[in-house]
Amino acid sequence: MTGGRAFKSGRELLEEQAWDSALRCVQCGYCLPVCPTYCSMGKESASPRGRINLVKLAAEGKVDVLQDLSEPIDLCLGCRACETACPVQVPYGHILEAAKEAIVAERAEGATWEERLRAGILRHLFPYPRRLRLAGGLLWLFQRAGLHSLLRNAQFLAKRAPAPFHLGTALPRVEAPFRRMRRGSLLPARGPKKGRAAFFAGCIMDEIFHGVNRSTVDLLRHVGLEVTIPKAQRCCGALHAHQGMRAQAKRLAKANICAFEASGAEVYVNNAGGCGAMLREYDRLFQDEPEWRERAARFVEKIRDISEVLVHYGPPTYRKAWEGVIVYQDSCHLRNVQKVVEEPRQLLRSIPGAVYVEMEDSDRCCGSGGIYNLLHFEESIKILDDKMKVVAKTGASTLVTTNPGCHLQMRLGAERRKGSAPLRVRHLVEVLAEVCLE
Amino acid sequence: MDSNILKEIEGIFPKHRILTELSERYSYSFDASFGQYLPELVVQPQSVEQIARLVRLANERRIPLYPRGSATSLSGGPLPVQGGIVVDMSQYPKRLEVDRENLLAVVTPSVITAEIHKKAEEVGLFYPPDPSSSHVSTIGGNLLENSSGPKGLKYGTTKEYVIGMEVVTPTGEVIRVGGKTVKNVTGYDLTRLIVGSEGTLGIVTEATLRLIPRPPARRTLLAHFPRLKDAGYAITRILSSGILPAAMELMDNACIRAVESYRPHGLPTDAEALLIIEVDGHPAAVKEEIRRCEELCLLQGAGGCRVAEDKAEREKIWMARKLVSPAITRMGPTKISEDATVPREKIPEMMERLKRIREKYQLQLVVFGHAGDGNLHPNIIADERNREEMERVEKAVGEIFEAAVSLGGTLSGEHGIGILKAPYMEMELGQEGVMMMKKIKEAWDPNHILNPGKIFPTPGQTKVVLR
Ligand SMILES: Cc1cc2nc3c(=O)[nH]c(=O)nc-3n(C[C@H](O)[C@H](O)[C@H](O)COP(=O)(O)OP(=O)(O)OC[C@H]3O[C@@H](n4cnc5c(N)ncnc54)[C@H](O)[C@@H]3O)c2cc1C
Ligand code: SF4
Ligand code: SF4
Repeated sequence: MTGGRAFKSGRELLEEQAWDSALRCVQCGYCLPVCPTYCSMGKESASPRGRINLVKLAAEGKVDVLQDLSEPIDLCLGCRACETACPVQVPYGHILEAAKEAIVAERAEGATWEERLRAGILRHLFPYPRRLRLAGGLLWLFQRAGLHSLLRNAQFLAKRAPAPFHLGTALPRVEAPFRRMRRGSLLPARGPKKGRAAFFAGCIMDEIFHGVNRSTVDLLRHVGLEVTIPKAQRCCGALHAHQGMRAQAKRLAKANICAFEASGAEVYVNNAGGCGAMLREYDRLFQDEPEWRERAARFVEKIRDISEVLVHYGPPTYRKAWEGVIVYQDSCHLRNVQKVVEEPRQLLRSIPGAVYVEMEDSDRCCGSGGIYNLLHFEESIKILDDKMKVVAKTGASTLVTTNPGCHLQMRLGAERRKGSAPLRVRHLVEVLAEVCLE
Repeated sequence: MDSNILKEIEGIFPKHRILTELSERYSYSFDASFGQYLPELVVQPQSVEQIARLVRLANERRIPLYPRGSATSLSGGPLPVQGGIVVDMSQYPKRLEVDRENLLAVVTPSVITAEIHKKAEEVGLFYPPDPSSSHVSTIGGNLLENSSGPKGLKYGTTKEYVIGMEVVTPTGEVIRVGGKTVKNVTGYDLTRLIVGSEGTLGIVTEATLRLIPRPPARRTLLAHFPRLKDAGYAITRILSSGILPAAMELMDNACIRAVESYRPHGLPTDAEALLIIEVDGHPAAVKEEIRRCEELCLLQGAGGCRVAEDKAEREKIWMARKLVSPAITRMGPTKISEDATVPREKIPEMMERLKRIREKYQLQLVVFGHAGDGNLHPNIIADERNREEMERVEKAVGEIFEAAVSLGGTLSGEHGIGILKAPYMEMELGQEGVMMMKKIKEAWDPNHILNPGKIFPTPGQTKVVLR
């Protein structure tokens, strides 16, 4: 792995970016009980404290980045529950990203086809809205043609099929391309105008959950905001940062900062916990570019989750009642990174007719972890099945989430409990749209 | 590890309970103190038979074994200092049964202490030992370190609540010590011997704990003192007035300021000391006692005193105390937590000595702790990478121990000796005292299999924080 490369080695990257942070860990273990992978795998290399220790050792050259560090890091969900439990505020998210970057740097040469495919998708598909739209269109055609349900019923395949197959069956029906909202236009507020919101559409949200995006915009208008969907916006870059592709993440961040600055809006609203978390940490990407760091900091200040905006400008007026028990599963990144905990609950509790029940361990990751479920299907399913048992205890008929990754994962969970009472999985916005909008 | 030995171990444990990879082994090389020691192997036993077989094998082949719970030890207790095998007890099957009629709980060592608190509370009972790590540490670790917390003042330490255990001895026999009765004078009290033995005399696989009825009411007050000495006198005055509070916690000025700059709480940053006092028991008695405590604090020169009116205020008071630990870690990367303990009337004197040590060695030395039982927590915040500073720390730690012992106190009130305080054992116990303890160890563990290098210093070991 030498060969006179001009790039920094993984070890050097770690020493530069993560060593100091890792040294802050006092190994008190306070993060152990909240870490889903430590609880499900039962060993320290799958605990936050264990991972941080290995990063430290790798930075010191005592263990190898690829041979020893990569697996424990790959098996982390990135849910960042550990950060909320840490009494000394070890910046785990930062350490994790640095570790991913170091692993990518070391792997570059000996990448497997899977890794290349993943990197290729992230590099060539997500940054480009048009290509994404094309992919989304294809997915729609595929579902229209009935191939989707064919797959769903092909039980014989399920036994040996890889993770993408299982998750594929959990996909909701996507909307026809011609029904999508146009970007760039300014949509007026309903009733007296209270301000302007710029909407961050997000790539997965926009392709797979376009209906949620439409409802988000409608709800924003419903509480008196005019809405613009900046045309030049791009993917938030979270997937890239989490897969160690920092340079791409920075490029996307710059594009988004420019696009939203130009919108003239008071708040930049998104509805995906994971994207929002990334957007809220843009300033950290630019430690070495002071001018951008400042612009990013101003951008960050305006980022809001849809639930915060609806509580602040609302409350929305309800037209209809909801039936049955609703439970809420926190999006880890909404809760642990964005620290939005109460607003979604407050909104759900206020829905007439609905019985809101606080689910045990609602703050514990569902095992989706960005694209963790794609990469580590078995580990993820173990965590998911535990989650579904807790859901079953509540007698809920509706399970609410606030992030597309969690949404798909929970749909998969609902599918897997065939036989028990049906469970609707909804984005918070879908539930609110149903009871608030015409 | 020798491949023949590994084969034998594979005969005892299923493959996924034997961790051999470098990354796995490094993940069991630490605890919450400092120092890193790479074990040759880690095993995760699932039954007492597995443990007994492993210990017998270890005796035959002379392999050191190190029991480990959640590794929150602050004294190096579970560190594999001489190579060998870490026995990870945190994944041992969890069992927690509360026997309401007999006021007992039967637990396996992997149960997290806070779970016992919760289960007991659910049926109106109370398990008092409350180390602040109780939501992470295992009851096994608590037993072997004889842990305790603020409530130690009134309710005592873990050893007061253990009445029976199942133990695998260092030579591989499975024995039961104690029983299910609170009174028990049949023979030597091996239960008390094993509690606090830091994993050097046996691996605990089950324990019977005593529970007590939950006190129905409690009240809490916060008092601040312009002069630290007065806080010390207030403590003795209250305790000699016939009141036994559930907790009496002290924070010095450095702690107050650290907490205020970490998360402002409205604490008076110019006070030399804060006292948190909590009383519990019958509602009427509690009301009268807290009033009396308030009065005594004010008589003893408190600058101000406030009794919490409701749960929220009470929690806010305790939060200030809980934040001390994280707040002071922001002062530097390496925290050396001592827990030297003195008879409580010596607290003012001990505080005075600590102040002099701080000035002499120019260190960031802060003091807080369970003042009611004399269990102070002098913490030094330094930077491990600064050799010169660590040399001063080394000397300061030595003087802290000397001060405690010369005032009739002890090296450690609750964190244990481990490797970190081993060199000072003789100072407190004298040569003969250490010798008697060594004889016990020899008799139980003739081959030095179980947790070697702990409690007793290895020849030539004189340093505490320097390596
Ligand atoms: C932030 C923080 C706060 C703390 N606060 C307190 C406090 O307030 N009061 C206090 O007393 N302590 C405190 N501690 C110290 C520590 O939490 C206790 O000593 C605790 O009891 C250790 O439990 P553990 O499960 O982590 O055990 P470990 O650290 O893993 O082991 C402790 C010792 O027990 C032995 N051992 C563990 N399990 C077994 C078993 N089944 N059989 C035989 N031997 C075994 C080990 O060999 C070792 O010697 C604190 C620690 C931290 C990090
Ligand atoms: S991010 Fe989540 S899975 Fe990863 S170490 Fe932290 S708590 Fe565990
Ligand atoms: S809680 Fe924080 S300091 Fe403690 S072990 Fe976990 S990461 Fe380290």
